[in-house]
Amino acid sequence: MNKTINQKAWYFVIPVFVLVAFNAAIPLMTVVNYSFQETFGNNVFAWEGTRWFKQILLSERFHASLGRQFAFTFIILLIQIPLGIAIALTMPKKGWGVPVCLILMSMPLLIPWNVVGAMWNIFALPDIGFLGYTLNSVGFDYNFTQQPGDAWFTTILMDVWHWTSLVVLLSYAGLNSIQPAYYQAAEIDGASRWATFRYIELPKMKKVLTLAILLRFMDSFMIYTEPFVLTGGGPGNTTAFLSIDLVKMALGQFDLGPAAAMSLIYFFIVLLVCWVFYNLMMKNEAQS
Amino acid sequence: MSLELKNVEKKVGIDTHIHPTSLKLEKNTINVLLGSTLAGKTTLMQIMAGLDKPTSGEIWFDGKDVTGMKVQKRNCSMVYQQFINYPNYTVYENIASPLAITGVKDDEIKQRVGKVAELLKLSAMLNKKPDELSGGQQQRTALARALVKDSDLILLDEPLANLDFKLREELREELPKLFEDRDCIVIYATTEPSDALMIGGNTATLLEGRVIQYGKTLDVYNKPENLISAKVFSDPPMNIAEITKSGDNCKFTDNNVQWKSSAKIKDGTYKIGIRPHNITTYKEGNNSVEINGKVQISELSGSESLIHFTNGNLNWVSLSNGTQQKNVGEDTKLYMNTDEFLYFDQNNRLVNNG
Repeated sequence: MNKTINQKAWYFVIPVFVLVAFNAAIPLMTVVNYSFQETFGNNVFAWEGTRWFKQILLSERFHASLGRQFAFTFIILLIQIPLGIAIALTMPKKGWGVPVCLILMSMPLLIPWNVVGAMWNIFALPDIGFLGYTLNSVGFDYNFTQQPGDAWFTTILMDVWHWTSLVVLLSYAGLNSIQPAYYQAAEIDGASRWATFRYIELPKMKKVLTLAILLRFMDSFMIYTEPFVLTGGGPGNTTAFLSIDLVKMALGQFDLGPAAAMSLIYFFIVLLVCWVFYNLMMKNEAQS
Repeated sequence: MSLELKNVEKKVGIDTHIHPTSLKLEKNTINVLLGSTLAGKTTLMQIMAGLDKPTSGEIWFDGKDVTGMKVQKRNCSMVYQQFINYPNYTVYENIASPLAITGVKDDEIKQRVGKVAELLKLSAMLNKKPDELSGGQQQRTALARALVKDSDLILLDEPLANLDFKLREELREELPKLFEDRDCIVIYATTEPSDALMIGGNTATLLEGRVIQYGKTLDVYNKPENLISAKVFSDPPMNIAEITKSGDNCKFTDNNVQWKSSAKIKDGTYKIGIRPHNITTYKEGNNSVEINGKVQISELSGSESLIHFTNGNLNWVSLSNGTQQKNVGEDTKLYMNTDEFLYFDQNNRLVNNG
């Protein structure tokens, strides 16, 4: 085949280059720049080498927030994935229930992050919030602004409320793509409901579920707005996840160098986990 | 052992999917349900299997009323057009699955799976997963799953439709052999008349949710009770024209082609059906009659030539052996074998069935 030479095609590519440069490459390089230097403003920089990286990697504060981050992500994945599948399995497959369920399910996804945070903050206030007041009046000593356990409980509940729908919608799409003949075949074999789920539905949903896990991992790992509005990272530092801690360091303490180093480490962790995950996914694909 | 449908009807909302149907299928037979898509083949099979309940009517199996009995209790198996296997089971596990569920012992499972796998030429790939197999092998696995169970009723819903030509031919040849010496009733749904002829056994022609005719496959083909059955059981489509008969002389209403008929039927007007292979570019039989045609389409398949032609209002198809090169628009002579004509009366009933 002969390639046609068409230099005009560059006009279509250049805007993307410019856009990516401005919103990704240039800011990233600025961060890289900060992470290796010390600055006191006025555009005066002093070379520090890998000092900030060493400092962050060895700091207990970073370990703690990284630990909290993994714990949070792990817990919400553990709740949202099974719950999402369970809800998708019970959703109707035809009739008027389908659009109703789909719309109800997508509602939480349409609400802006900070609104979700604010909503749950008010909802959970122990003195006036519906959730907080109810819990206290039935005898629970619940106060998410003062007790770390309650703060975690509320943050997780909020994330489950906000994002389980995504897993539901993806699982529902996966389930709907299974041909009815599979269910009939299982029925003829005399397979139980569990066996049908385990050996037909789950394998057939594998692709969408991997996608759901990946999306929920990345999103929850980078969570900022909702806990920031809800708890502000508190009480103390107990719900200060990586991004909240990072902002505190960069904008609260104005430690630009360490904050930049932390951003890069953060970025590499996300990249690494995604890469590992993607490779596992592809390996599985190649096997089957 | 027999499967009997008594006045079975299936309605969904205001649509009637199956009109009241009575049908009796005997033990050790292969029964073909022949009809185009939406003729009701799949619905009928699902009712037979117990996957679906009839709106009214009864299903009797082995002298017992099984209407409404669940599929799990019926000991039947089904193969679909799509290749349905458990995706993360190996071929062995897939074939073994119906046995494992009912609690058959491991030794016996091993022996039975081995036997069926051998029969379906799957022995070499027992450890592979369905995704690693070709379409033909996937369908063989599904067939093996259906056979391993020793079902009383085996339903095959267009099992060859998704296979490519060569694999289809291969598997179609093997199919009747697979069911020999088996104590079961086999039902095979297809849209293709040639499938029915190759599989033999009995055939039921279906159209729009009605069973038109049921009988031995060759009888249904050679002596269709009526025009609809003849049309369903003809591919390429049957050529139909109106004729008048007086004495021995027959004549088309649309043109002047005449022939002498030995059919013992009264004088009058009839419809005749001519199968495409009874119109050829060469003379066949002792009583062939010439007809002029203008070539519309000419398709050569190597061993056969399909020529679509017009003669006045008639728009017909002919099927000749060998490569008969014809140009589009060309005027040509074709020969009709009048011995093979099917005569239908005004009620579309076959009259020369003697």
